[in-house]
Amino acid sequence: MARFIVRRLVGMVLVLFAVSVLTFLIFNVIPNGDPAVRMAGKNSTPAQIEQIRKEWHFDQSLPQQYAFMMKQIFTGKLVSYADQTNVWEQIRMGLPRTFALGIGAAILWMTLGILLGLYSAVRAGRFSDRVLTVLALIGISMPVFWVGALMNYYLGYKLEWFPNGGYVEIAQGGLGEWLYHLILPWTALAILFIGVYSRILRSNILDTINDDYVRTARAKGISERRVMTRHVLRNSLIPIVTLWGLDFGLVIAGGAVLTESVFDLQGVGQYFAEAIGRLDVPPVMAVTLLGAVFIVVLNTVVDIVYAVLDPRIRLG
Amino acid sequence: MASTDSAATDFSDDLPAAIAAEERHAPAGTGPWRIALRRLRRNKVALAFGVLFLLLVAVSLAAPIWANEVAHTTPYQNRIADTITIDGEERNIVAFDGVPIGPTWHGEYFLGADRNGRDVMVRLLYGGRNSLLIGIGASIITMVFATLLGLLSGFFGGWLDWIISRCFDVMWAFPVILLGVALGVSLNISGITIGPLSLKSGSLWIPTVIIGIAYVVYLARPIRGQVLALREKEFVEAARAQGMGPWRIMLTELLPNLASTLLVFFPLIVANAILLEAALSFLGAGVQPPEPSWGLMISEGIEFLTSAPHLTIAPGIMLVLTVLALNIFGEGVRDALDPRAKIRLEH
Repeated sequence: MARFIVRRLVGMVLVLFAVSVLTFLIFNVIPNGDPAVRMAGKNSTPAQIEQIRKEWHFDQSLPQQYAFMMKQIFTGKLVSYADQTNVWEQIRMGLPRTFALGIGAAILWMTLGILLGLYSAVRAGRFSDRVLTVLALIGISMPVFWVGALMNYYLGYKLEWFPNGGYVEIAQGGLGEWLYHLILPWTALAILFIGVYSRILRSNILDTINDDYVRTARAKGISERRVMTRHVLRNSLIPIVTLWGLDFGLVIAGGAVLTESVFDLQGVGQYFAEAIGRLDVPPVMAVTLLGAVFIVVLNTVVDIVYAVLDPRIRLG
Repeated sequence: MASTDSAATDFSDDLPAAIAAEERHAPAGTGPWRIALRRLRRNKVALAFGVLFLLLVAVSLAAPIWANEVAHTTPYQNRIADTITIDGEERNIVAFDGVPIGPTWHGEYFLGADRNGRDVMVRLLYGGRNSLLIGIGASIITMVFATLLGLLSGFFGGWLDWIISRCFDVMWAFPVILLGVALGVSLNISGITIGPLSLKSGSLWIPTVIIGIAYVVYLARPIRGQVLALREKEFVEAARAQGMGPWRIMLTELLPNLASTLLVFFPLIVANAILLEAALSFLGAGVQPPEPSWGLMISEGIEFLTSAPHLTIAPGIMLVLTVLALNIFGEGVRDALDPRAKIRLEH
């Protein structure tokens, strides 16, 4: 087991190294022309361009430039090309917002996903199940930025039930204001996942409901409710919980870009979106790496936990 | 991301049992494809949405007809300072405060104008053409590369499998949307030329290729798994014993066995590719203006949501209808071919 874990961790580091090199190449090899010229803008003198080239080490070889950027990332000295602000400080400001969005939405989609999936499975084939199925498929088919924008417009602007975007820190506006500003973003982000999770749970339950151990439980005379919650639901939830971990990682690692931008939450995702608009490479590098760290770490943790829990998994 | 499971449109409680019963009733010698087709034909909901998708494709393909014959304009023509006459009343296409005219329900400006005085209906149709082209094109790229890589790594194993699998690990670690946006922005700066292939900046091929690549790993991994299992089967051994080469075995023995998986994935990949295109265009990394696409039109419209909501609502509805049709039809195809397939994509 120890060897398996070490191997997974080494693999994790290698994957992250590859992601960082690829991201670097995307911005330093694909675009033709001089990055210093692009940064300096149209009305710049050769002297200015030369200065920028020196300052940002564009005159060095690509491996040197990569090493320089990675050194800055790890020492926390990475600054933005566009406005010279420290990238880590910006990310540190954005992270609590991204997490507030991600955690709240994850709780919402898990709760509603389980409730609706369970209800759908119990009522399988009836009218209410069909309605829920249609709603779930519609939820899966809607782009989050469109739903978010329409919610903002109708519920925020027109009906004035909710604020028109923005994020309020608990320290500033109190818990109530914080919640009030996050309800719409949470809902918009969760809709897709509620659809997905309720469908998966429904089919998992319908798959297990005829298993032998469930029949045994019924034969012992256990009440139907107890059979459902203690035996069927418990087993059907295992894949959902795994998925939950992975999806949460994906949301933090960039899945929230669209939601944050639409609701102007100023999280890490929105920081990324704004940086990319200005071709500001350092923040893009940092956020992409951070996202990859999140995905890879959560994947590795899920794999290890699985291997610990399930002895059937070969430690290959 | 869209992960789908169980019967969506075939509402039977116990699908595997239903299928088993059906297979018993099929006359001996009925092939699996015929059974699947029969099952799909019975699923009226899925068929209806399949037809809806074809209709949306047809409507988008007819964009030039509407533009030339009905609206008499192009998707790019700005008429910011012009007026039009509706029911004898002369109106500005774009009012002095910048608010464009809403739906006229007439030939010209059927769905109103955007802030540049362009015809929204015409742009919607051309945008649909772009979104569908990108979605379908990207899915074909995904299918081809995923099949090739899955076959190679699953069948040959060894170092080739090791290299391909490590590449999958790296792709898997990339947040899809961040990778797509980074590539989209970078490729659109000056385009790229690799050997004879050249992508110009602003070309529709850029989002097509990016989305195609982004989804490869999601399909290649399950295919590799399937090939690993198929490789050990007797019929492959028999083919080897007959002296067939590895390429011939892959093409004539393995590929037909992967066909049902590919068919099950295809409509769902197209649906997700269309959604990813919209997201990339929304973030400025997909289709480049003045070329229209549904995602780009939503993004341009959101700025004017309070004064001209039709700019956001119209392309959104088209997008949702298309993706919904593909999702429901796709679930129908899956239920018919392989009800137990686990499909997981991210968008």
